[in-house]
Amino acid sequence: MTQTVAMTVNGRAVTVTVDDPQMPLLYALRNDVGAGGPHYGCGLGQCGACTIHLNGEAARSCQIPVAEAAGKTIVTLDGLGTPDRPHPVQAAFIAEQAVQCGYCANGMIMESAALLAKNPRPTEAQVNEALANNICRCGTHPRVVAAVLRAARG
Amino acid sequence: MNAITSRRGLLKAGGALTVAFTVGLGPKGAAAWTEKPVAGDEVAAFLSIDAQGGVTVFVGKVDLGTGVRTGFMQIAAEELDLAMSRIRVVEGDTALTPDQGPTYGSLSIQNAGVALRAASATARRELLNMAASRLGAPAASLRVEDGVVSGGSGRVSYAELVGGRAFDLKVDTNAPIKPPEARRIVGRTVPRVDIPAKVFGRFEYVHDFKLPNMLHGRPVRPPAMGATAEAVDEASIRHIPGVVRVVHQGAFVGVVAETEWAAVRAARDLRVRWSSWAGLPDQARLWEHVRATPVAQVQVTSNRGDAAGAIQGAARRISASYDFAIHSHASMGPSCAVAEFRDGRLTTWSASQATHNLRKQLAMMLAMPVEQVRCVYLEGAGCYGRNGHEDAAADAALLARAVGRPVRVQWMRADEHVWDPKGPPHLVDLRAGLDAQGNIVGWEAEAFIPKGAGGNVDLTAAELGGLPRENQIHPGNIIHNLALPYTFPAVKTTCHRLDTTPFRPSWIRTPGRMQNTYANEAFLDECAAAAGADPVAYRLRLMPADDPRGREVLERVARLANWQARPSPQRERSGEILRGRGVTYCKYELVRTYVAAVAEVEVNRRTGDIRVTRFFCAHDCGQMINPDGVKSQVEGNIIHTLSRTLKEELTFDRGTVTSRDWGSYQVITFPEVPEIVIDLIDRPTERPWGAGEPAAAIVPSAVTNAIFDATGARLRSVPFTAAKMRAALQGA
Repeated sequence: MTQTVAMTVNGRAVTVTVDDPQMPLLYALRNDVGAGGPHYGCGLGQCGACTIHLNGEAARSCQIPVAEAAGKTIVTLDGLGTPDRPHPVQAAFIAEQAVQCGYCANGMIMESAALLAKNPRPTEAQVNEALANNICRCGTHPRVVAAVLRAARG
Repeated sequence: MNAITSRRGLLKAGGALTVAFTVGLGPKGAAAWTEKPVAGDEVAAFLSIDAQGGVTVFVGKVDLGTGVRTGFMQIAAEELDLAMSRIRVVEGDTALTPDQGPTYGSLSIQNAGVALRAASATARRELLNMAASRLGAPAASLRVEDGVVSGGSGRVSYAELVGGRAFDLKVDTNAPIKPPEARRIVGRTVPRVDIPAKVFGRFEYVHDFKLPNMLHGRPVRPPAMGATAEAVDEASIRHIPGVVRVVHQGAFVGVVAETEWAAVRAARDLRVRWSSWAGLPDQARLWEHVRATPVAQVQVTSNRGDAAGAIQGAARRISASYDFAIHSHASMGPSCAVAEFRDGRLTTWSASQATHNLRKQLAMMLAMPVEQVRCVYLEGAGCYGRNGHEDAAADAALLARAVGRPVRVQWMRADEHVWDPKGPPHLVDLRAGLDAQGNIVGWEAEAFIPKGAGGNVDLTAAELGGLPRENQIHPGNIIHNLALPYTFPAVKTTCHRLDTTPFRPSWIRTPGRMQNTYANEAFLDECAAAAGADPVAYRLRLMPADDPRGREVLERVARLANWQARPSPQRERSGEILRGRGVTYCKYELVRTYVAAVAEVEVNRRTGDIRVTRFFCAHDCGQMINPDGVKSQVEGNIIHTLSRTLKEELTFDRGTVTSRDWGSYQVITFPEVPEIVIDLIDRPTERPWGAGEPAAAIVPSAVTNAIFDATGARLRSVPFTAAKMRAALQGA
């Protein structure tokens, strides 16, 4: 039984048609909406690779049934900023070269941008705490923290 | 920067390139599916210049998220006097790039970078000779700026000289390269070309690659690793819209569906009757199992003097055993691949670190001529060795063949944790004899590690499906660094190469070299403690006189860490939090990159919690191409290996892996990462060596040595958990 779900993604009204309302939002964003930022990492909400902003809050899109996104406002990494108008966290990630493989970068940036929206001048310990549930295997952690603190300095 | 966009454009524009490349070259190996020369002695294998002056670099080594693509661009730009923006890089495509072996062993710059440098220098010399005739001036008098040669009667661009035609030129490894004082790009920090696209969500990973008409597949793996599928109930997933096919061959089961979510659901809900199997050893008795495994081969990796006799006659004898747990690659992004059959040919897109080898393996599995298979590299999540990408490609190929449409396979998290090949259990016994002054008079090390080296790790789909495969184990080149970089009067190091190991093995970052360095450097610390000597001074006394670079990294890390000379353990051991520092030195494989470390730790004597607070590293990999790239690799080595040292351990029951996600296979988190201080030694006149692995080798021993310094208790079993720490403190 198909149903449609309407939401706003990166400022654009989109409607997706799904045959299972329990499908995680991640699959709709990647395969139906064409968002390139969020990635499947674990499907368990453990790693952060699929992080988006849902009504302004960082959320794990692998844990949200698509039906629950109806009427919500979503921002993905592709919509957070552009090369011409980067979000301060994106600009800082480039300045600090805070990426290796970059598979986790989506979650790092989205989680950090949400942190700075609430706490514009976090301490280093607060950044570490905010990212404690975001996994990176390449070992970019010190550069990520430096980038978030750089973005906070403005 | 749009390196990826360019690459995509290139793949689509392959036809045009083919024409350009085949002009004047003749049908080299007409049966082989190659679209240009790929032989490693041809300049055209590495470089092409198009009619607009754009330069394409072709390399067999691939960027696994390390930034080596940027390094390759720097090398070509430097030798050809080009802006980096003119260069694009094609990696790991069996139809386009030379076979330079798997991307492993910290060899990309050391081997492929040096090969590219020689090809570029050869091309530059040829281009200058052509320009000299055109401009009527001696080549030596010409200047090059961004691909435009000037002097004599005027100017001529590379594009005007050769644009659109292939080089018909052999690589001359003696072609003159730029001297250090003339370099403008190599040796300087250059921002990585891939990072902007990754930061804006525009990078195309293999996970993002799509083909028209593509279906989605998922493997359905046996719940016990050696079980076979006795019956598959296709009706059990009939309620899921969009299911296209269930594929069942032996123990290989997979589903294909129109949408990704349908494939995920189908794989989850498919009812399969599996046979029972319980062939894994008891994890609680893993090391007994390792010791009881039949030995296939004994390799003596160093033998000087009569080590056994010297130890026997020594004033003091000590011995210890060190073990290192089984590890998963535990890649951040599960393995993924797309496969397509068209006109009897198979193409796969995957993050394989060895596309040329994968091509042969797929051909063998599918009983196809290798010439009919093409494997293309696309970047995946960070890969620190042979993980599951090749296996995902094999899954996708089997499923695509069954349905006759392109199939994308992405593993689920548990597929990755359970089924990626594993870093095998590694066990080392050590014995040393000391004289009355504490000098080592004899040293013996015996490692118990699986047989094999760096060959092709069998494809899971071939193994489960009973399809052709090599049926050999290949754990990587794990014997190195059991022989030591020190001047012991008598030493013997022996590797007992075991016939089997519990899980399909493969190499994970610094395979064997790290485990052997860990055992040796921790046991050397035990000798220093027995001698009452300062651990840095003790090592410096053992350094060969003719190896000043080794001495320098050790002295520099000691200065960097403000090392206070005294024996370990420290005397002040009151209070709940104990603090200590430990040192380690490694000369990678005894022939290349020098690296030394000091770790500082805090141990909570009540809870056993271990915190690494600061980590210092001095690193000499010879010439550096991109210093910030090297620094990033050293940081990555340290943090990744701290994770392995302190937390990671595969768990399993008699049937399968039980550490199936990030909760049961825990890795380092942000609050646990120490401050890292790095001293990079640049040697622009030396040859470049690798940086992707060596700094991993020095991590576990630096940590256990620091723990011993803090507590007087010695941890000899990785991972160093709080429970092991508490037990050791009770025994200390």
